[in-house]
Amino acid sequence: MSSLAATVQDIFSEPGCAKNGNKSEAERKKGCTKQLQPGGAAGGCAFDGAKIALQPFTDVAHLVHGPIACEGNSWDNRGAASSGSSLWRTAFTTDMSETDIVFGGEKRLCKAIKEIIDKRDPPAIFVYQTCIPAMIGDDINAVCKAASQRFGKPVIPINSPGFVGSKNLGNKLAGEALLDYVIGTQEPDYATPYDVNLIGEFNLSGELWQVKPLFEELGIRILSCISGDGKYREVASSHRARAAMLVCSKAMVNVARKMEERYGIPFFEGSFYGIQDSSYSLRQIARLLVERGAPQELLGRTEAVIAREEARAWAAIEPYKPRFKGKKALLITGGVKSWSVVAALQEAGLEMVGTSVKKSTREDKERIKLLMGQDAHMIEDMTPREMYRMLKDAKADIMLSGGKSQFVALKAAMPWLDVNQERCHAYMGYVGMVKLVEEIDKSLSNPMWNQLRRPAPWEALAKAMVHMQSPVAAIAHDPALAEAARRARKICSCNTVDLGTIEDAIYAHGLRSVEAVRNHTNAVGGCCKRRIEDVLASAPPAGLQAAE
Amino acid sequence: MAIATLPTKACAVNPLKMSQPIGGAFAFMGLRGAMPLLHGSQGCTSFGLTLFVRHFKEAVPLQTTAMSEVATVLGGYENLEQAILNIYNRTKPKIIGICSTGVTETNGDDVDAYLKLIRDKHPQLAKLPLVYVSTPDFKGAFQDGWEKAVASIVELLVEGPNVNGLRDPSRVNVLPGCHLTPGDLDELRAILEDFGLRPSFLPDLAGSLDGHIPDDFTPTTIGGIGVDEIASMGRAGWTIAIGWQMRRAAAVMQARTGVPFRLFERLCGLGPNDEFMTFLSEISGRPMPSKYRRQRGQLTDAMLDAHFHIGGRKLAIAAEPDLLFDLSSMLHEMGAQVSAAVTTTQSAVIERVKTEEVLIGDLEDLEELARTKHCDLLITHSHGRQAAARLKIPFYRAGFPMFDRLGAGHQLSIGYRGTRDLIFDIANLVIADREENHQPTPDRWRPSAALPLASGHRSAAGRSTA
Repeated sequence: MSSLAATVQDIFSEPGCAKNGNKSEAERKKGCTKQLQPGGAAGGCAFDGAKIALQPFTDVAHLVHGPIACEGNSWDNRGAASSGSSLWRTAFTTDMSETDIVFGGEKRLCKAIKEIIDKRDPPAIFVYQTCIPAMIGDDINAVCKAASQRFGKPVIPINSPGFVGSKNLGNKLAGEALLDYVIGTQEPDYATPYDVNLIGEFNLSGELWQVKPLFEELGIRILSCISGDGKYREVASSHRARAAMLVCSKAMVNVARKMEERYGIPFFEGSFYGIQDSSYSLRQIARLLVERGAPQELLGRTEAVIAREEARAWAAIEPYKPRFKGKKALLITGGVKSWSVVAALQEAGLEMVGTSVKKSTREDKERIKLLMGQDAHMIEDMTPREMYRMLKDAKADIMLSGGKSQFVALKAAMPWLDVNQERCHAYMGYVGMVKLVEEIDKSLSNPMWNQLRRPAPWEALAKAMVHMQSPVAAIAHDPALAEAARRARKICSCNTVDLGTIEDAIYAHGLRSVEAVRNHTNAVGGCCKRRIEDVLASAPPAGLQAAE
Repeated sequence: MAIATLPTKACAVNPLKMSQPIGGAFAFMGLRGAMPLLHGSQGCTSFGLTLFVRHFKEAVPLQTTAMSEVATVLGGYENLEQAILNIYNRTKPKIIGICSTGVTETNGDDVDAYLKLIRDKHPQLAKLPLVYVSTPDFKGAFQDGWEKAVASIVELLVEGPNVNGLRDPSRVNVLPGCHLTPGDLDELRAILEDFGLRPSFLPDLAGSLDGHIPDDFTPTTIGGIGVDEIASMGRAGWTIAIGWQMRRAAAVMQARTGVPFRLFERLCGLGPNDEFMTFLSEISGRPMPSKYRRQRGQLTDAMLDAHFHIGGRKLAIAAEPDLLFDLSSMLHEMGAQVSAAVTTTQSAVIERVKTEEVLIGDLEDLEELARTKHCDLLITHSHGRQAAARLKIPFYRAGFPMFDRLGAGHQLSIGYRGTRDLIFDIANLVIADREENHQPTPDRWRPSAALPLASGHRSAAGRSTA
């Protein structure tokens, strides 16, 4: 475990992480292990994070060493897409039994690796460490090393027991495993000055493919995408890239920075959510490549593509702007998306009521302030009940979030759109932005909402019935009672003077002013001045009173 | 009589099984105002939560004690205490159901003792029921967790008989197995009420996960059976247990309260429902309602119509023991042949499955068996879709999880009506498959040896259509 502890420490002092950079030395040591709240926590564990980060490597066998819960409960739950092998969709687990816990699971793990190689012969096997084998002291590093030698095939240990920390830490542990065992172990067939790595892009719903054609048009080769639609050989030879784009900094900043340190690959952080962000990212890639020796003319070509794509996207979004006028959106997502999606939505003319910044870095927050203004409503942590209230009270017209909070919105009969991993549409790049706007419009303008928000007819009927039987209804049917009720209305609440008394005084003495009413009654005439004036105004003309 | 075979491989591929703790947590979800709590790392809960949400498409309450590395070494007392206090203060639950996980079982947390300490230390919790179930991840399966949780609830929350021992013969307790959907429970409730009986379901998933829109947002379960109602279950005339897994809970109920029980191993198919209705008629003293006479007629007619399509099918089925027994028995009675059967855990019903061998295994085993035995109908949960696609045979989704179709909570398989609809669904699937993939061509009539890469299902389909 000591090496794992060291890795975790190393991740915590990641200089590429803006959040860490701002902490004191002592705090940095503590890292991001803010003690998780028992009974109040929701997110996944480190194993979850490691698996999420690496599973999009499509031709690799992902073997989970642990009891059934870790893989049996979780496999097949993310929609990354593959252009080739579908091995990643097959779940492998040692399904540890009580006997393994007592006698150790290393033998079973070794046999499992052999079985996979015999049956599937993948280019590599990723072995994930989970809580229980870590507790009983199964040394997966040793098993993987021995297996690699015996079978002549890379068997990579991913040291990620769930209890070491959050999902995010798991993402980074996965990155460390790549840096330690995979990246730089093979050479690409050929290299070009246009080779880039995308880091922290997972090709969910095949999003990567929405952007890939633009790269191809520019002649830029994605040498390796870590890890969307990834292949083992690509990531193993990814150290020959000329530049890198960090798509999800929260997950993989350590990979990008260490690759810069070890192989001199410069990187920048970008996003393909939103039109302006997409353009920014393309420009940055071109600039970095040119700086590393690619021909200057790449810049010009990039600008031309950007101009064309932007024009197309704007034209496609234009018709939606009037439809979105006055509509407000609540965004509950994390990290980089908290601002990149804000930009996208504002481009479409939506008003933002708030965005969550739960997993955002300081830089992310700065960007939000830039986009939404200083008084941006940044939500640190919102309970489902608060979200529900916000929607129920129509403070927002649509909520965009991950799947787990969708029912908060749907149960409030408010439109909701999935912008996280379980979404079925791809929202990346210029095309994706238009798609997002289209989906929001579809959701907002669905005629179903009005039907749903209407209460069942018998509820109105039941209310009416209650009303009929109430004292109010009795009064309505009896003029004498109604008059008494009218006269009983309090005008001055300080001295409990009712309307009847004031009216009587006005009639009896022909009063014309608040002052006079005050003299004849107990009314104070301070806070009730306006109400007495109203009574005076509605009183019959003076002549009538004089005649009395 | 089927033989249960244990797996020999070290690596489970495409697991069929899900873990015991989430099965236990699932049972607590059928209790009103409940918060199920897994004592383990965050992931244990997060994975289960995602699974339930994807299956039911509902908000699901499930909490974690968020065991960290340090807590795992030092023991989970403080995490458990904090979790209970946090839940108590934030969500005001009526009951907290605690399931252990592999992590806390391996480090040997004595949760029963912890709970005693926590109660002593925090008198405000005196009235809050805390039910604990030991459910290590490395033993048993989903169904076992459910079974244990229900037995524990009965043990801890049902009160013994009152002084005069009076019972209300119109009240019945229903202990449904975890293979019954909220839709099944609704159907059962309607049947029982039609006989003039007043059922208490333990657990009652139909009240909490049937997908209705509540008036306000609650962080705990939104419906289900209340703690008070559970306490009074000893006053019922009968307990009806459904599925072999509920035998233990029913026996515990009888031991505590003296309420006799009747176990119905399955409620899918003509025979089992005849038996069930007769029993209800007996205990309620009422004749069979005409509605069910009609439904019985419809079922028998459906069986006649569908036997052309289901009869002779070679069925590959993988499910938890009770569901496996339930569905495979009905299809066997419709003339299908149970050629490949895979299940998750040991159970007494396995040997009564109408096949030669039931393998305790995974979906790779099912796929392999289905291929070698030329099966032409596959039934399992949603994870089986990849195998079915590779085998190119019709696929019927049954069991948990069913995340790639809507309405999982309302799928119906019990009663005359439920069986009728299920038979139609499966027969229609077979018909559609024949129309789409097995239109006769000249090649089809050649001897199968001459067919290039003759796959089993094809020749089998050829035979059944011939």
